[in-house]
Amino acid sequence: MKALRDAFGDEILALGRENPNVYVVDCDIGKSCKTLEFARQLPQQHLNVGIAEQNAAGVSAGLATCGKIPFVSTYAAFGSMRMCEQIRQEICYPRLNVKIACSHGGLTPANDGASHQAIEDYGIMRTLPNMTILVPCDYYSCRSLIRAACQWDGPVYLRFTRDPVPFIYRESDQFEIGRARTVREGGDVAIIAAGAVMSLALQACDLLHSQGIEARLLDMHTVKPLDTAAVTAAIQEIGRVVTVEDHNIINGIGSAVCEVAAGLGRGVVKRMGVQDQFGESGPYFDLLEKNGVTAQSIADTARSLVTGEN
Amino acid sequence: MLTEERRAFLTQRARQARALTLEAIYRVGRGHIGGTMSIAELLIALYDDVMRVDPSNPSWPERDRLVVSKGHAAPIVYAVLAMKGYFDPKLLDTLNANGTTLPSHCDMRKVPGIDMTAGSLGQGLSAAVGMALANQMDHRDSYVYAIVGDGESQEGQVWEAVMLAAQRKLEHLIVFVDDNGCQVDGFTGDILNMRPFDQKYRAFGWHAIYVEDGHSFDQILDAIHQAKQTPDRPHAIILNTVKAKHVPGAENTYQSHCFSLTREQLDNSLRNL
Repeated sequence: MKALRDAFGDEILALGRENPNVYVVDCDIGKSCKTLEFARQLPQQHLNVGIAEQNAAGVSAGLATCGKIPFVSTYAAFGSMRMCEQIRQEICYPRLNVKIACSHGGLTPANDGASHQAIEDYGIMRTLPNMTILVPCDYYSCRSLIRAACQWDGPVYLRFTRDPVPFIYRESDQFEIGRARTVREGGDVAIIAAGAVMSLALQACDLLHSQGIEARLLDMHTVKPLDTAAVTAAIQEIGRVVTVEDHNIINGIGSAVCEVAAGLGRGVVKRMGVQDQFGESGPYFDLLEKNGVTAQSIADTARSLVTGEN
Repeated sequence: MLTEERRAFLTQRARQARALTLEAIYRVGRGHIGGTMSIAELLIALYDDVMRVDPSNPSWPERDRLVVSKGHAAPIVYAVLAMKGYFDPKLLDTLNANGTTLPSHCDMRKVPGIDMTAGSLGQGLSAAVGMALANQMDHRDSYVYAIVGDGESQEGQVWEAVMLAAQRKLEHLIVFVDDNGCQVDGFTGDILNMRPFDQKYRAFGWHAIYVEDGHSFDQILDAIHQAKQTPDRPHAIILNTVKAKHVPGAENTYQSHCFSLTREQLDNSLRNL
């Protein structure tokens, strides 16, 4: 188990050492976004703008026009909403090379409650032209995708978790922006998931397997640009899809998958995630359960699609 | 002190910038006249006398940069860029036209010489601070200039950027406040008074200069010279300007922010320049 914010702290330090143009722009939460070691070792590449996220976005845009690769580091709630218009106007519209690196995505800042939880973040970011969105699910894929984001020329929104999540991959696994990863192969039902709920989706696959149902599990780590080929294949080859995410079911991965299905005119999609309600304080998995997201419920939903029972 | 000849030359250049701008806006039918006319002298002073730029190489890394945060002033910025040779002045005929490379608000991806996209108010100074920080980190001696409107200074983000610039001692950052006293719905003093700007900037740790006549080349250039002699702090030059300067009947009116010129008004203005 390791938190994705730790993956950010480790990978950004490695990137900063390799490339002096890599910058971290903090908004005074470096301690919890895990950038303090970067600040200590690479002070010339680090800037804390104070509690001023809008300015952080704009300053990063200015840095990017001068060839820097700034990573703005904050919480997902603030990185997607407090600085939303700055991202749209100063980063996405001029297509500047700024990375918005956000910890505390989804319900993971569990004890902090609704104000700090970001259940809308990548849904909002998804509607901005020129934006790329990455939602890694474990420590190793997170490090690989941060590296890919650094090499990607253009705006990227990255979403990390606060709390430790299980390892899904090995250190040597490499991830490509825009290409979903098949975690499990199967032909009875497809589960498309991203982020911290991946371990629940994997457990659901095991439950289904014990019932004789083989699920194809796709890690949709890139929410945008969506791997439409992988989604299309799941719909064409299987036709029954469950999406699972720690995000509002409105405008998240479920919505993106439905858009593809609607275009194809076929397939059944069940969306699992936050049920269009704000979060609250509590243990992370309890909050997910309140929204109907458990390994068992994912398996049940998938099985009902296969058997046709409700 | 400028020579008589130089002052006359710059004055003629400002006249030409205003004429090109008014003609382009007249062709479109409607546009931001007030806030373009108020910064004509400033832009000419910067591009003809101050800024280290190379119009044949707009992305030269060592250049001085200008962020026009009040992005609706784009038509006159484009006019000055065309006069400097960044692109063919004939392009000005296409201002705002569908498919144009000269859109209504400053656009760095479409217009050679524009250093930052703008349009949503209150955001440009942050980008200018980012540029000045990059220059500082890379030990470049280039200057970053920004033009901020008095009305847009009501946006909180402006002051976030102001605080950071002072904290990081960005001595190669010079901000001009186009203090024309007007915003869209009324006089700035009646809506949300921002004056005195110079005292505000000083309180935030900046070196601030108030320029009595923001249309005087001598006063503008003298203030820039003073700024460059003052180390360790960013600089705010407050320009007391006239909205819609040299447009008869529109001067110092907030209604001049964006309006349609009649043929008669255009001709009167061109005669009046």
